[in-house]
Amino acid sequence: MLDLKGYGPSLLEGAIVTVELAFLSLALAIVLGLLGASSKLSSNRVLIGAATTYTTLIRGVPDLVMMLLFFYGGQVLVNNISDYVWEAYGIDFFFQFDPFISGVLTIGLIFGAYMTETFRGAFLAVPVGQIEAAKAYGFSRWHTFRRVMIPQMLRHALPGIGNNWQVLLKTTALVSIIGLTDMVRVAEEAAKAERSPFLFFIPVAFVYLALTAGSELFIKWLDKRANAGVVQGD
Amino acid sequence: MAEQAPLVCKDIHKTFNDLEVLKGISLETKKGDVVSLIGSSGSGKSTFLRCINLLETPTSGDIIVHGEPIRFGTNRKGERIPADNRQVELIRAKLSMVFQSFNLWTHMTVLENIIEAPIHVLGIPKAEAIERAEAYLQKVGIYERKDYYPAQMSGGQQQRAAIARALAMEPEVMLFDEPTSALDPELVGEVLKVMQSLAEEGRTMIVVTHEMAFARDVSSQVLFLHQGVIEEQGTPEKVFDHPESERMKQFLAPKF
Repeated sequence: MLDLKGYGPSLLEGAIVTVELAFLSLALAIVLGLLGASSKLSSNRVLIGAATTYTTLIRGVPDLVMMLLFFYGGQVLVNNISDYVWEAYGIDFFFQFDPFISGVLTIGLIFGAYMTETFRGAFLAVPVGQIEAAKAYGFSRWHTFRRVMIPQMLRHALPGIGNNWQVLLKTTALVSIIGLTDMVRVAEEAAKAERSPFLFFIPVAFVYLALTAGSELFIKWLDKRANAGVVQGD
Repeated sequence: MAEQAPLVCKDIHKTFNDLEVLKGISLETKKGDVVSLIGSSGSGKSTFLRCINLLETPTSGDIIVHGEPIRFGTNRKGERIPADNRQVELIRAKLSMVFQSFNLWTHMTVLENIIEAPIHVLGIPKAEAIERAEAYLQKVGIYERKDYYPAQMSGGQQQRAAIARALAMEPEVMLFDEPTSALDPELVGEVLKVMQSLAEEGRTMIVVTHEMAFARDVSSQVLFLHQGVIEEQGTPEKVFDHPESERMKQFLAPKF
């Protein structure tokens, strides 16, 4: 049915690449966001400075520029390091920056900065008394973080995470520019070859729409779970 | 050998920036003592209570819990800090606190609130923790609310749940920080009744309170604080009926 002049299967493969890319980037972004937020909220000046530089830099540079810089610049950097390691220590080490890895790193890094702000605000919204109670009952710092801070912070962070995720999902389309065969790239090639842009780009648009709409439902469900015990105002 | 004192505080000072809030408070307790800390707002009574379980670090002075002194060191800025976080955690587990605004964890049900620390801090098996929690919920009279979230209960019920949470630690000393001050007047009685029954059982309690009737009828020792010093100290009879300090007389004088 969805043969699309024979391009159907490769479009589907492209869609799978898009989804993989999005989820891996999200995982990286969440880890970086938690680290960034924890650093910004710490009392260590070095950590605060590093996290602030990170968010300022990332949020001020266009995503596409970052991606090109990573893909082309990253490889040059790795090559230089690998030359140096070979000459200095005789260790043979090489790492190929492929478009997929560059994509995950760039998107993860970009959205890690947005997540940092989302998580920072959410951590600040946890009432002090909740943390004090944990301390007063002998919780370790890690236990307080895991059992009190994270679940309560999530209530405030989920709407922001949901937003970031939707934008992130759509940002993955940029990776087609550095040569990753995601669904946008496949559609672009097919559209050119067949001279029928509507036939290929409209299904792609619908796939994105389906993914974002599906995520919205999932986030709503998560939100409901995270807000167990919260009395909603009338 | 005489029984170990559950809690001894020696010459506790606390300074915030340049403001000296506590100017040398000492306290000795025997097992089963109920100590009421009274005084006007800003007298330092809550700060003193928070120093006992190290929610605030005393600027100087010693705290000895069941014979074990808390060890202090200094950080890089030269401020005094507890030397051993693990020791602080273990000591805190022996000193359960009941807060003015309850501070039940809002994302957990009442039962989950009560079993959390016994399981994860004291390391007792879950089944036993639940059994213990249910027994204490019966005791404070809210067993049927065990699966409610805090936000679904009245203030009085929340505070009773918080007391059950404190009891489930089977602590050396229970610390109460103005436990009825955030409650509607008609709910104060139910919480005080629970506290009175705990006192009668012989639990060691330190209570910061504005409830003078409670301080007079239930406590074995009353400390009246004013501007960071103990102005008057002794049995309720002595403090309330034969106060020596001018401040205490003023504090007790009818306000209308």
